[in-house]
Parts: sequence; structure tokens; C-alpha cells
Amino acid sequence: MIRSVPRSRLFDSLYLAYLVAFFVYLALPLLVTAVFAFNDAPFPSLPWKGFTLDWYFADGSDGRTGLFHDDGLLTALWVSAKIAFWVTLVSVGLGCVNAVLFERIQFRGKEFLYLLMLLPLVIPGVILGVSILVFYSGMANDMSAAWGIELDLFRPGMTLVVMGQVTFIATLSTLVIAARLRKFDPQLEEAALNLGATPLVAWFTVTLPWLLPSIFGAAAMAFLMSFENFNTTVMLTGSDTPLTVALFNRLREGSTPVLNAVALLLMVGSALLALLVMGRSSR
Amino acid sequence: MKSSVSRLSLWLLLTPFLLWIVLLVLLPHLQMLRVSFQVRESWDTIAWGIEQYQNFFTESYYWRTFVRTGVMSLFTTFLTLIIAFPIAWYIARLARGRSKGILFLACLIPFWASELVRTYGWMILLRESGLFSSWLQALGWVDGPVEMLYNDVAVIIGLVYNGLLFMVVPLVTTLDGMDENLVEAGYDLGGGHGTVLREIVVPWAMPGIVSGCIVVFMLTLGSYLTPVLMGGKDSAWFTEQIFTQFITRFNWEQGAALGVLLLVLSSLIVWLGLKISGQSLRKVMG
Repeated sequence: MIRSVPRSRLFDSLYLAYLVAFFVYLALPLLVTAVFAFNDAPFPSLPWKGFTLDWYFADGSDGRTGLFHDDGLLTALWVSAKIAFWVTLVSVGLGCVNAVLFERIQFRGKEFLYLLMLLPLVIPGVILGVSILVFYSGMANDMSAAWGIELDLFRPGMTLVVMGQVTFIATLSTLVIAARLRKFDPQLEEAALNLGATPLVAWFTVTLPWLLPSIFGAAAMAFLMSFENFNTTVMLTGSDTPLTVALFNRLREGSTPVLNAVALLLMVGSALLALLVMGRSSR
Repeated sequence: MKSSVSRLSLWLLLTPFLLWIVLLVLLPHLQMLRVSFQVRESWDTIAWGIEQYQNFFTESYYWRTFVRTGVMSLFTTFLTLIIAFPIAWYIARLARGRSKGILFLACLIPFWASELVRTYGWMILLRESGLFSSWLQALGWVDGPVEMLYNDVAVIIGLVYNGLLFMVVPLVTTLDGMDENLVEAGYDLGGGHGTVLREIVVPWAMPGIVSGCIVVFMLTLGSYLTPVLMGGKDSAWFTEQIFTQFITRFNWEQGAALGVLLLVLSSLIVWLGLKISGQSLRKVMG
């Protein structure tokens, strides 16, 4: 079934129908979620009662609280943003160092360490969360019981969430940055060294600019994955709940169009971030 | 002098890596393994034992859910592969120019929303007061509201939806690099569609197939939101039981044992998949 092999009319139209059905399947859930963020009814379902922006802007005076007046959700959004910021910073930093380590340096046991690096990808997210909870929170409990030392840092909370997410996001950012470094021509760096640059200067003026697109790509990916993560996060979160966990708790109480409003905001945010990075890298 | 500098830079680069792997991956998992073998005798005394694992095998609810989760994850992975392959083939081999890029980007759409949002979208569509039910009633095909949520089919629809992206991307990447002359040669030598697919296309795409399947399987096995929100009373998922032990019952020992079992199952199936297809983890993931 390649272009040069003749195909029948019927086959072609069936194939086309399948493609259309597939993309409808992909788009439909997101489309309805977005549309019902603007339905003037207290419940996200048909019939359509008209267009409203209440689910964003209503201040609670007429029984509706829009997203921008919903303190619980706004706080959760802020918590998520803080977590995503730290996760991005640490994962991209680790990714750069790891990429250089695995692409540029020869040492014994490299193959084995590379496999260790890939390990977090084949561990379910729940288990990553559980194991970090058991180790760190258990340590905090034991310390408190044995010596009365309070390690609040290791109690469920933002630090643990960041640690849990970094565990697997660092692997992904390493893969993205290493793939770019592999395509780099080492002769460029040698030229810089021959022209009198110190290794550090050569790294910052020649190699790092080459890596920048992949660094931005890895950062955007890390930010999105952190923001959207639920499975690892829910095990490690304390009283300051991030957005996905807060949304999940709301959803269990029942669905309101405010959830659609948040969902649409998240989708638009991710799409903008993705476009921004793609725009940068294509230039 | 030179060697001591390179030794120093090796250690400088190695330290962050080791800190990450040891402190966030190895030690926590070893501790989880250790805790799973601890039996709490009273509030402050602990003995070693395999009570948690015995519970797993004696309480049928645990291992039934375990088997169910594994089987349904395998089925979902297979279904995702079957659904994604024609799409990937079209994007990689039949579409040209701009439409190729646009179709590929369109496949990434679900990634714009988190798993929670995707699941929520399906709930709006499938539930009793949902869109499909309303549409069917408007068409006059059914008399009253139809509940399509809270059953295994709904769970699988949601899980396949979550996995598709991770299947399409590696498939497109491997199929894109295939030489069409191979396919033509296959036809010229008298092969039918089936033979060409089996003897030429699938072996070529194997690294993509394996890597897609591994990722989708891991995601499905470890997913929580989709089965919990879309499944019914009888469609329990194994991750749910781990959450219950940790969050509602505070029984860390039992939770750790269930976690170890899930990890063993996933590692075993990934390892088997690699062995059977003759691939290595480095080749399909790195």
C-alpha cells in the first residue's frame, strides 16, 4: 500500500473514512469540554441554554462562582505553577549534565548507567510516588519517633512532589537534549579551542547555543508534564494541593462548568506553549 | 595533569546523575521492598515476614484485580497498536508535503490536555445525561437516557485514547525511514498485501512497535484516573488498591507489597516483550 502500488477506489474511500473517524475520535472529548465552558446552565450537558462567560467571571453573587473568583482553584493553580517551575529547572539542568556525560565522555560502566537512566520510564508513576513517600516520609517519621528531630521537608508536600516528578521528567529531558548533542559536530568545538578559547568558553559560546532549541523544548515538555501529572503527585501531596488533584476532588463531588472552564484554560495554555517552542525551533 | 582534569570533570558530571538515580530511584525502591516484608506486630514493634504477600494470594479480590488489570492492559495495548498503525502508515507513507505535518500535529492534540481533562471529556460524552445519550434520543433511536459510562468498554475507550499519541509517534518515526523499494520488491516477487505486511513492513517497524507498546502498556497499567472515573463498580484497577492502602487505610506495609507486585508484573511483561521481539531497551527507548 504505497503510492506506487495501485489501489482500488473502494479501499481509498474506506481508508479516508477511517482517517476522518480517527480524528473525530481524537478531537471530540476536548471539543465538548471546551464548548460546555460557555453553556449558560449549571450542569455541563445538553440542552444548550445560550452563551455565557459566567464560568470564568461570575463573582458568586448570583449563586455562580467563576474560575477567576474561585480561590480554591486559583491557589491550586499557583501551587502547580510553583511545582512545575522547580521541576523544569532541576530536570533541564540534570538533562544537560547527563547529556554531556553520556554523549561526550567515555568511562567504564557507561552502558549500565545508561540503562539505569532509562529505568524511570519503565516504572509506573504510582510506584515512583509510593516509593518516595515510603522512603522519605518514613524517614521523617522514624527521625521524629527516635530522636524528636522534625524533618518537615520530607513530609508530604511540595518538596516531595517536586522530587517525585523530577524522577521521571529528568530522564525525558536527558533524552531530548542528548539527541541534539549527538548531531553536534565536535570539530566546531575543537576549532574554538584551537582559536584560543578555554574549554569553558568554548562550551558557552559554541556548544550551548547549539543545544538551546532542545533545551527550550525539554523545558516546555517538563513544564507541561509536571503541570498535568496526577499519579505520582497525588501520593506525595500535602495540604497545598496542586491543580490536577484539586480538580479530581471537585470532579468527585460532581461536575460543574467551572471544571470545563479550567480545562479549556489548561488546553489553551499548553497549546500556546507548544506553538511558542515550535516557532522558536523552526527559526 | 590532563588525566586528572578529565577525571575531575567526569566526577563533576557523574555526581548529579548519581545523586538523582540513587536518592530518587534506587534507595526509595529498595526501601519499598524492605517495608513490604515488615509485619507490624504492635504499634512500635516490627518483625520480618511475608504476611502481606500471603494476603495477596489468599484474598481473591487482590489477585483477581491484579490479573484483570494485566489482561486489560495487554488488550488495550494491542487495540491501540491496531488502531494506530493505519494512521501512522498514512502519515508516514501516503500523505505528502504540508498535509503530512498537519496530520502529525493533529495526532498530538490529546497531549494538550491532561489525563484528567481527557477523561472528563469522555464523561461528558458518555454518561446518562451526556451528549451521545441526548443525540441518540434526538434521533429517536432510543426511548430514554442511555448510560454508556461506568463499564469496561468505556474504560478501554478512555485508555486507548490516552495511549494513542505514544503509539503513533514511534510508529511514524520508524515507518518514515523505510525504503519503499523493499515494499515494491515484495509485490514484484509475487507477495500479496498480507505477505508484504508480515514479511517486510512489520519486521522493519518492529523497534517502533515495541517502543510504542512498552510505553502504552506502562501508562495503561499504571493509570488511575481513567479506570476510577469511567469504570463501574466491578471494574476495579490495581493502582486503586495501592492508593486505598496508602491513603485511606494507612497500611503502608500492604501498600508497599502491592506496589512491588505491580512493579514485578510490569518489568516482567516489558522484559518478555523485548525478548520475544529481539529488541533491547536501549534501542527502543534511547
